[in-house]
Amino acid sequence: MSYVSVSNLTRRFDVSKPWLDRLIARRGKSYLTAVDDISFEIEPNTTYGLVGESGSGKSTIGKLLVGLLRPSAGTIRIGGSDDIAGRNDIQMIFQNPYASMNPRWRIRDIIAEPVAVLGGETRGLAEGLLEQVGLSAGDAAKFPHEFSGGQRQRIAIARALSSRPRLIVCDEPTSALDVSVQAQVLNLMSDLKDELGLTYLFISHDLTVVRHMADRVGVLYLGRLVEEAETQTLFDAPRHPYTRMLIDVAPRLDAPGDDPTPPDGEIASPIDRPPGCAYNPRCPIREDICLRETPALREAGAGRVACHLAPPGSGG
Amino acid sequence: MSAPVRPAPVRPAPAPILSIRDLTVEIPTRHALLRPVNGVGYDIAAGEILGVVGESGAGKSMAGNAVSGLLDPPARIAGGEIRLKGERIDTLSPERMRRLRGKEIGMIFQDPGSSLNPLIRIGDQLTETMHAHLTLTRREARARAVAALEEVGIPAAASRIDSYPHEFSGGMRQRVVIALALAAEPALVIADEPTTALDVSVQAQIIALLKRLCRERGMAVMLITHDIGVIVQAADHVAVMYAGRLAEIGAVADVIRAPRHPYTAGLLASAPASSIGARRLRQIPGAMPPLGALPAGCAFHPRCERAGPRCKVDPAPALAAAEGRAACWHPLEGGA
Amino acid sequence: MTWLRSDLAYRFSRSPLAIVSVAVFAGLVLAAVFAPLIAPQDPFDPGALNLMNGFSPPGEANAFTGDSFALGADEQGRDVFSTILHGLRISLFVGVLAVLFAMILGVTLGLLAGYLGGWVEAVIMRVADVQLTFPSILIAILIFGIAKGTIPVEHREQMAIWVLIIAIGLSDWVQFARVVRGATLVEKGKEYVQAAQMIGRRPGGIMLRHILPNVLSPVLVIATISLALAIIAEATLSFLGVGAPPTQPSLGTLIRIGQGYLFSGEWWILLFPSLTLLALALSVNLLGDWLRDALNPRLK
Repeated sequence: MSYVSVSNLTRRFDVSKPWLDRLIARRGKSYLTAVDDISFEIEPNTTYGLVGESGSGKSTIGKLLVGLLRPSAGTIRIGGSDDIAGRNDIQMIFQNPYASMNPRWRIRDIIAEPVAVLGGETRGLAEGLLEQVGLSAGDAAKFPHEFSGGQRQRIAIARALSSRPRLIVCDEPTSALDVSVQAQVLNLMSDLKDELGLTYLFISHDLTVVRHMADRVGVLYLGRLVEEAETQTLFDAPRHPYTRMLIDVAPRLDAPGDDPTPPDGEIASPIDRPPGCAYNPRCPIREDICLRETPALREAGAGRVACHLAPPGSGG
Repeated sequence: MSAPVRPAPVRPAPAPILSIRDLTVEIPTRHALLRPVNGVGYDIAAGEILGVVGESGAGKSMAGNAVSGLLDPPARIAGGEIRLKGERIDTLSPERMRRLRGKEIGMIFQDPGSSLNPLIRIGDQLTETMHAHLTLTRREARARAVAALEEVGIPAAASRIDSYPHEFSGGMRQRVVIALALAAEPALVIADEPTTALDVSVQAQIIALLKRLCRERGMAVMLITHDIGVIVQAADHVAVMYAGRLAEIGAVADVIRAPRHPYTAGLLASAPASSIGARRLRQIPGAMPPLGALPAGCAFHPRCERAGPRCKVDPAPALAAAEGRAACWHPLEGGA
Repeated sequence: MTWLRSDLAYRFSRSPLAIVSVAVFAGLVLAAVFAPLIAPQDPFDPGALNLMNGFSPPGEANAFTGDSFALGADEQGRDVFSTILHGLRISLFVGVLAVLFAMILGVTLGLLAGYLGGWVEAVIMRVADVQLTFPSILIAILIFGIAKGTIPVEHREQMAIWVLIIAIGLSDWVQFARVVRGATLVEKGKEYVQAAQMIGRRPGGIMLRHILPNVLSPVLVIATISLALAIIAEATLSFLGVGAPPTQPSLGTLIRIGQGYLFSGEWWILLFPSLTLLALALSVNLLGDWLRDALNPRLK
């Protein structure tokens, strides 16, 4: 029984110009479909990695899962319940360690806030959590600006842990950190997951990080899930051309001076999506059907892929 | 820390385009005298890309700013010399430095959104630079501008030359910035985190573009970044900075395969790509000290597993390109 | 705010202008607070006055009574120095309370407009825009007129001060609201606000505990400059006759009274209140300017 179950999740934003402008230019409303009919499941005590570039909708999915945004269509069930907003068993770690904490609050209050808001007991809570994330209890009286980026992310993790959550949505938690600091924070997150039996939704644009942290990976492109598989399978035998491209261009440390052929073109605007498969302008193997029909996500081996040309069953 | 001026490293090619010796940048603050760049020296030859890598606060951007003369006061160059094509430039007046900057030094920054003036068409921004530094008629300048845009890969350059920056995507804007930096045909290009704000697929395109232009035009490129992966893909040589000093310098292939400085080894080991399949990443304990609170002796010793008694007392030895690559009392030998 | 304060104190100690402005302002405030104790005479006690002292010039002993007044005496024999001290009291009292009122009203409306958006923001901002098209003095006069029409005559003199405070405050809230709305919009986009929303904090709590502390620093600067303007506004209204009454004169009222005697030779009745008002407004103004530059993060 999966812990998180997302079905046909869709989120549209109204990006129309102001009414008067539209009237004069005789245009209709325009909508941006940031998340388009996404379905996936997360098993308890696993990490699900969500990978995508800008415009993929990964951050929007994160916000939908914690209740910051409401779906335009589709359902989200976490722990058996559809009711998402304000639940203390779901927490989030944000990307920017410099903006995710109120600069005027003390650390102790920042960490304890999720519990304080629900009226819980907060004495000693922050100090204990600080120790758990590798800082010291004495830091509780300080202010955020007294800490480095890596330390602030540890504080953000402590805050997320304060209400004893079961699911933590991590939105690019290490993207703003240097690589050696990133290693410390990722190790901390792995350790805590094992100690406390947590489930993570790990959102990132960095394939190498996702490969390390996730048990299962979903690849997003312009709001749609184009491939999903177990981590090892995805990286050893990617089926979707976009996944293959991402893996090819990820900078590697073992082949200096290597010159992989960079992909063509750029990501299309999500407001103005290409007809058929959204990836077709850049796809090296596209055919006619790709320009006409949007591929559905279908089973392929132990995973799923949304491509007309990917062979069914196993193999890539 | 002053070391005797060393002769330029022996190379079979002509003299390097950029030559820095013992450069020190100081910032006097209320609490302490900070040295974000402390005794740094390296050369960049024509057609070569040098990657300057380090974590935030290591001083890599400061070194680039010192070369281009863009240090914000109270930061100032306190020692050493910078030579561009053999001539000293760190002692030039601000006015001469300004002219040099446009003509001989091109700059590419991280955020294409703020490098381009949002109110001026990109064609005009290009021709303005060209007029300032090359003698061309208006028609010639415009034709050159179109050619420059085509060269950086902007499709339909002739029609897009009159567009505004906001009409381009992030990757395209960065290409325009590159075209702008190269417009006056500089000898040296300083690129400070040019791909950090871009998507991974676009990043690969920009890196390929930079490499191609660098080789074709014989420019020297200083590529400053915190991302080792970018260095591995793009650079020929790499200089690793830590707490204001150079930790290690050498050819990328050598340094990556067999790092000599424990910090470089730790940095490479902590990247997720180095620990595929492992449950935990290898991490360097602690954090880089702030410039105002550097430990005595070698700045890295509190975090170094090879630290000996000497490391706590003597600052790391100066880098001598001829003798060894690492500023370390106990460098790693051969394979790490 | 802790580190900011020490940095601020450092910059303060290096600016002679700031030190002088604060010294002058502090001196005036202390004089006003302790007015009943340091004034040589209680100018509002009819029994202490001697009409024969009227129009005594400053410094000299009066020809009739032998009393001498440091700054002279006015037409009723009141010691000008004493009347200035008490006038200062009224001016500061009205100025400070008016600014406080404007600040509380403006900050609250600005927070609501910025955070809630939608029609709340539209209504508040349009009201603000409309109000800005009127000169603030006219608005104050308008409110005064309304008060005059509604308050029965016997209470008018006592209520005058409070009507003055409300009038000046109501004419001044807009700039606070606008600045706070802008700052609120900036803070609203930051992730710590999302974090608070996510854990279920209600909008009122977010506005009060998260956003308000982070939008206050420009408010401080505006409040200081507003104080100078409020003092001058009050003086203007009193000068025009629609402010503090002669029984509770502020500096502006004193100036109005003194103006009548300027050309008949009793210059001291006008000069000294004017100089005091000048010193007060200038010191507050300079302090506000310095504070704005000191708190500007970009100038650092």
